[in-house]
Amino acid sequence: MSQASAAAAFIATLRRDLLISLKRRNDILNPFMFFIIVVSLFPIGVSPDSAMLRQIAAGVIWIAVLLASMLSMDGLYRSDYEDGTLEQLLLSSMPLYLLVFAKNIAHWLVSGLPVILVSPLLAYMLALPAEGYLTLVASLLLGTPVVGMLGSIAVALTVGLGSRGLILAVITVPMSVPVLIFGTLAVQNALAGGLPLGYLALLGAMLALTICLAPVATAAALRISVN
Amino acid sequence: MLEVRALNCERNDRLLFRDLSFTLEAGQVLQVKGGNGSGKTTLLRIICGLNDSYRGELFWHGAPLGEQRDAFYAGLLYIGHRVAVNRVLSPLENLRWSSRLHHPADDGRIRGALGQIGLAGYEDSPCYSLSAGQYQRVSLARLLLHGGDLWVLDEPFTTLDTRGVALLENLVGRHAESGGAVLITTHHKLTLPGLRALTLGVAR
Repeated sequence: MSQASAAAAFIATLRRDLLISLKRRNDILNPFMFFIIVVSLFPIGVSPDSAMLRQIAAGVIWIAVLLASMLSMDGLYRSDYEDGTLEQLLLSSMPLYLLVFAKNIAHWLVSGLPVILVSPLLAYMLALPAEGYLTLVASLLLGTPVVGMLGSIAVALTVGLGSRGLILAVITVPMSVPVLIFGTLAVQNALAGGLPLGYLALLGAMLALTICLAPVATAAALRISVN
Repeated sequence: MLEVRALNCERNDRLLFRDLSFTLEAGQVLQVKGGNGSGKTTLLRIICGLNDSYRGELFWHGAPLGEQRDAFYAGLLYIGHRVAVNRVLSPLENLRWSSRLHHPADDGRIRGALGQIGLAGYEDSPCYSLSAGQYQRVSLARLLLHGGDLWVLDEPFTTLDTRGVALLENLVGRHAESGGAVLITTHHKLTLPGLRALTLGVAR
C-alpha cells in the first residue's frame, strides 16, 4: 500500500471541488449571471451616453466582480461543514493550508474565471476604450484571487454560525478595498495613455502575499469553527 | 496504543466527565456507553483533536499526542455522525478523494470495497439518490480502504439494517484481531470477544 502524498491530496481535493461545481452548475452560473445583470443595468439606469459610461466602466465592472464573488463565496465551506468533510480535512495528516489552497483555486476557477472571461464583452458594452481591455483583464486576473482568498478566511470564521446574512460582506469588503482601488486605477491609468505596470505590480504583490498567508489563516479559522 | 489520563470536560457549565482515564491497546475494542448528552461524541472529538475545551493528557504510543499530531492522524480513521460523504458525488468519486487523503487506492480496489460493503451497482449513482443506510455504507467502505490502526466510530450502526450491522461488527472484530484498535460509541449490543465497555455519566 503506497503512502498518500501531499501533492496527490492537493490534486484530489482540487478535482473533487471542480467536479462538485460542475455537477451543481449553479455554482458557476449564479455569479456569472449576477455579474452580467448588474453591469447591464448601468447603461439603462445611469445613461446610455458613451462619454459618461466610459468614465465609470472600469469601476462598475470591478464593483460588480466584487459583489459577484461575495455571492459565490457563501457556499464555499458550508456543504463541507454540514456533511463532515471539513472534519476529515482537519484529521488528514496532510498540511491543511495546502488542501484549503486547493479549494480556493477550485473556487476561483469556477466562480472567478468565467466572470473575467466575459468582462471584455461587458466593457465593450460600457464603451470602455480598446486600450483599457488588456489592463482590465490583467487587473482582474491578479485581483480576484486576492478577494477570493480573503473571503475564504471570513467564510471559514463564520461557517459554524447558523445565519450569516451580511456578516460575510462586512468582513470581506473592507479588506478588498485596496484591490478595488488599484484595479480601477490601473485601468484609468491605461486609458490616460500611461503604462499601468506599477499598479499591476502592486496587485501582483498583494496576490503573492495572500497566497502565502490567507490559506494558513483560513486553516486556523476552520479549526476554530469546527471546534 | 492510546492512553487517556485524568480527562476533564465541561460543556454549558455542566461537568461531562471528570478524571476519566483509560487505555486502548492494539487488538482491543472499547465501546463507549452512556445516555444522550453524556459526552460520548465529545470524548471522541477530544481524542481526535476536533475539540480542545478539556483538561487532561492524551498519549499516543507512549508519547504526548499533541507533539505528534501528524503521526497520530496517519494512523487514525474517524467516522463521525456526519459521515463526510458528498451527496452530489457518486460513492466512487467520494472514496477516490478520501483515499487520496489517507492511503491512495485505485478504482479497482474502491469498486471491490464498495461491492464488499453491499453497494455493488451503486458505484456511479449520485449519493443523494441512495437510502440513508446506503449513504452510511459509503463511509464505512473507508474502513476497508484506508488502513489506519485506530478506528474511532461515532454511532456507526444507526441507519444500518441487520445485515449491515453484522457486516460492520465483523469488520470491527477482524480489525481488532489483526492488531488494530477500535473506539466505538453505540447503543447497540455488540457481540465481540474481548469487548470492553466504558460508561459515561454514571457519576451523576
